[in-house]
Amino acid sequence: MSDGLAATMESPIIVESNLKQESGGVSLWEDAFRRLLKNKMAVAGGIFILLEIILAIITPWIVPYGFEEQNLENWVLAPSAEHWMGTDALGRDLFTRVLYGGRISLLVGFLASFVSVIVGVVYGAVSGFLGGRVDNIMMRIVDVLYALPFVFLVIILMVFFGRNIFLLFIALGLTQWLTMARIVRGQVISLKEKEFVQAAHSVGVRRWHIIKRHLIPNSLGPVIVFMTLTVPSVILEEAFLSFLGLGVQAPMASWGTLISNGVEVMEIRPTVLLFPAMALAATLFSLNFLGDGLRDALDPKGAKD
Amino acid sequence: MSLRKLFSMGAVFLFLFSVSCTKKSSNQTQVLDKANGTELQDLDPHIVSGVPEHHVISELFEGLVTMDPKTAEPIPGQAESWTVSKDGKVYTFKLREGLKWTNGDPVVAGDFVYAFRRLVDPKTAAKYAYHGGYIKNGDAITKGKIKDLSALGVRAIDDRTLEVTLETPTPFFVPLTYHYSLYPVHQKTIEKFGNKWTLPENIVSNGPFKLRSWQLNKVLIADKNPTYWDAANVKLETVNFYPIENTDTEEKMFRAGKLHVGYEIPLPKIPHWLEKKDQIYHSPYLGVYYYHINTTKKALKDKRVRQALSLAIDREQITKNITRAGQMPATAFTPPGTGGFQPSVYLNPKVTPEDLAKAKKLLAEAGYPNGKGFPKFDILYNTQESHKKIAEAIQEMWKKNLGINVGLYNQEWKSYLANRQTLNYEVARAGWIGDYNDPLTFLEMYVTGGGNNDTGFSNKQYDDLVAKAKLEMDAKKRGEIFNQIEAILMDELPVVPIYIYTRTYLIRPEVAGWYPNIMDFHPLKFVSIK
Amino acid sequence: MGLGYLVKRLLTMIPVFLAVVTLVFFTIRFAPGGPFDGERKLPPEIKANLDKKYNLDLPLWKQYLLYMRDLSRFDLGPSYKHSNRSVNDIIGEAFPVSLELGLWSLFWALLIGVTAGGLAAFRPNSLFDYIPMSISILGICLPTFVIGPLSILVFGLWLGWLPVAGWDTPADRILPSMTLGFAYAAYISRLTRGGLMEIRTQDFIRTARAKGLKESTIILKHSLRGGMLPVVSFLGPALAGLLSGALVTETIFNIPGLGRFFIQSALNRDYTVVMGTALLYFTLIFVSNFLVDIFYVILDPRVRYE
Repeated sequence: MSDGLAATMESPIIVESNLKQESGGVSLWEDAFRRLLKNKMAVAGGIFILLEIILAIITPWIVPYGFEEQNLENWVLAPSAEHWMGTDALGRDLFTRVLYGGRISLLVGFLASFVSVIVGVVYGAVSGFLGGRVDNIMMRIVDVLYALPFVFLVIILMVFFGRNIFLLFIALGLTQWLTMARIVRGQVISLKEKEFVQAAHSVGVRRWHIIKRHLIPNSLGPVIVFMTLTVPSVILEEAFLSFLGLGVQAPMASWGTLISNGVEVMEIRPTVLLFPAMALAATLFSLNFLGDGLRDALDPKGAKD
Repeated sequence: MSLRKLFSMGAVFLFLFSVSCTKKSSNQTQVLDKANGTELQDLDPHIVSGVPEHHVISELFEGLVTMDPKTAEPIPGQAESWTVSKDGKVYTFKLREGLKWTNGDPVVAGDFVYAFRRLVDPKTAAKYAYHGGYIKNGDAITKGKIKDLSALGVRAIDDRTLEVTLETPTPFFVPLTYHYSLYPVHQKTIEKFGNKWTLPENIVSNGPFKLRSWQLNKVLIADKNPTYWDAANVKLETVNFYPIENTDTEEKMFRAGKLHVGYEIPLPKIPHWLEKKDQIYHSPYLGVYYYHINTTKKALKDKRVRQALSLAIDREQITKNITRAGQMPATAFTPPGTGGFQPSVYLNPKVTPEDLAKAKKLLAEAGYPNGKGFPKFDILYNTQESHKKIAEAIQEMWKKNLGINVGLYNQEWKSYLANRQTLNYEVARAGWIGDYNDPLTFLEMYVTGGGNNDTGFSNKQYDDLVAKAKLEMDAKKRGEIFNQIEAILMDELPVVPIYIYTRTYLIRPEVAGWYPNIMDFHPLKFVSIK
Repeated sequence: MGLGYLVKRLLTMIPVFLAVVTLVFFTIRFAPGGPFDGERKLPPEIKANLDKKYNLDLPLWKQYLLYMRDLSRFDLGPSYKHSNRSVNDIIGEAFPVSLELGLWSLFWALLIGVTAGGLAAFRPNSLFDYIPMSISILGICLPTFVIGPLSILVFGLWLGWLPVAGWDTPADRILPSMTLGFAYAAYISRLTRGGLMEIRTQDFIRTARAKGLKESTIILKHSLRGGMLPVVSFLGPALAGLLSGALVTETIFNIPGLGRFFIQSALNRDYTVVMGTALLYFTLIFVSNFLVDIFYVILDPRVRYE
């Protein structure tokens, strides 16, 4: 008991002595945030994402049409004053559908990525840090989960739980956390041999504490980069899940389904593909600038000043 | 480093490959490149159950009859002639002289006897065993009630005479023998190789073409068969059947000149291709697209509700603006012209103001004025873009016209089937392609407890009329009975027909001998390249 | 890391493999529908005959024992869908195709990904950074189901340089492998850049820089080693995924590879093919993750495995 207490008291000192750039009194996070604000691209990316989220929230009140409102005669019209992005194959307003699609895709993208990051980071860090037999068992479980036929998994989950929106996040998170766990584990295995971790170890800092205070923060860089990659792949994977009946049901659409519908009429009316793809691309650009900025900000050694 | 080297190597590769790739010109030779839908299960006529299989097996094998390429009426195949007994139950087929298998063995009546027995044998577990059920004792043998295969009503009077005794008079038995389930197979080959007998190195067949090679998901190549009785009139030297799942890929291969005949056109491209009249095959088809209504569920139990739902569907809007391939809005369940039968008009293609008023009235009478209190349910469909679009449109029509809100639910094929067949749905999308060219293939489904009923529909009068139609020999009287059956079905509406299928695919103008017909039958022995 | 570790690690594969077989065997049977269900419902007698023919009428545990018996003889059983082929036949025909496609794609992915990522990390926040990274973002949000048809349209139909689909000539390899490679290159370039940026600031690199070594030498000799860790971690599962076939690319380019069987067999409830492909995939995952772990040691000698 007293040992543990001593450890918790000592650990910040070790952190500070290691991360030399840490200026006295200001916490790691505040410092990082300050640095983030200096990165113009990152700030722009952040603002754009924020705007998108606000737009997604207020969508139902600002759209000119209903997302399901059809006019079958208006087959894939070109953009016009009436329909800013043109219409789709059922004569529905594409602008409206892209906005509504954003609600779904942003929600799915961020939530599912969040789930996969949390699970993957904790699992990978624990596995990599404990090493040895535990690592071996934990990683073999990951191998087994990789091998499970995903299509069946989804179909069976649906048999038991129905078309639950939470099931969507679970199914998407399930596929993504595995690679995340492996990346974090690789990072941790390499980190734990480093001097400051060894030092913390030798003075008897508790394992969980080392994971929490040293290993996870120091492997955040690749985690953030991979997370910015996870968001789009989750958004696109959602389109595949809707093939199996999970995910959003027609006539509601997501960016993923809008893009795959756009591919079909690519040659007839490229704008049907272009607009949802641009929406996704813009999100990704902002996300990447924000992610890179965050990564740089969180890495104290990378600071230029 | 060698990165630059690698790059330049890549560039050279690209260049070399693009030079070496020159377009194949198959114009001058009699080689047909044909898209064939999904990959085949097998080539064993008694094992398979699909349409892509039909296209290949009907070229590698030949049954008692083949089809006239223009009318899709049976013409002599392996049999040069046939007679029917007065009671319509005994068919006697006379085989041609000098028929040969690809290995040189003669094709004899005994081969048909073996094949028909194999079809109904429970050990074969043929999916089309019920085609053998038309033959006397066939059904009992499949069900294990009779163990002795020789009890089947088929015998070889001599090597060239085959006698088939049926269970009941079946007016469509002769065209049915064009179906692969009734083709002859080579006994010795099957006994020697087991389930591997259909591999290119083993197969023995008797059709106009013979198998050269078959690579899964790539290509199946068949050459003209010199031992075929009519080989002198077969013009094509080689046919390449390409299994292409992705219709978009298929269309692009066609445009690149890699295919003579396509299989399906992607929905959005249909209007574009319909303008190019010389490059498109377009014909009504023996199939109907419809919605199943589960007659055991709460509100849907009420006939008036089903009628209201049907009245509120604008079928013409769907065929004109969604399917767009010239499909006919369905006005009855049986496609017009099936086995010469023309059903009366029971449904309106359009929603007229009178229809709308009537639909609203029916719904109100059923206790749901303006859709108030109508239970929430889903339209179930299997995942496919066109099904989705149609379901979305119908959802809107019901909402706008009747004020009822329904949801949509798509599932992958097997889950969808499982739900449909266990009546775990309210409204489900369905389609039916006739097994043979006779209205019975459509109307027989909805008898009480029928294997493909799937709606819980049961009507004594309906059952009696179907039984009566089966025994009726006179074509005109049969037609009248069928109309009575249709009248019941279209009044009760356990099924809501939407449109009559068409077959629409790409075909190069130089392909000759390819005529539109309702069955989409195009025996390749009559086809050539100009 | 000694030989003992290698042997031990390989031995762990056996229980894990058995766990996969068992888990997959029983889970897939929970899905609705069976291999012989179709639009035309089979009469119960015929269905029973079919089930009997394939031993599907036996209790599940007996089927499991039979499967294990066959598996111990490396026999993966018959396909329910393609009745004249065994699962061994199917994998034997289709796997080499996917393997070739996968290796070509991996080549492109690494070549483009590492080069672009390296360039970006070499000169961060410059055009060398922005241009490759922007392209990589495009690569991520334009998935293969967009890039594939688009590249067929441009290079196959409009320019006519390359074949639209198929798998015969060497030229047929280019479009699909680049399409697939591009998708992975996008990931690799971002992970490379991230990893390199991380390592650039570490002490030994600073030391190297202080010693006056050329920046390019630093990148190639020192940074690439440590900075590639995330890429290598990603490559493990990615390699298995690439080699076992890419469903979308194979379908779009009509390539007779194994990737199509992963989904097809699941949708057809072709249980034996599902098992076969899952076991193959597991083996690939296991082996490539094993290679990745060895690579960790090569890249960072301080890493030890007990």
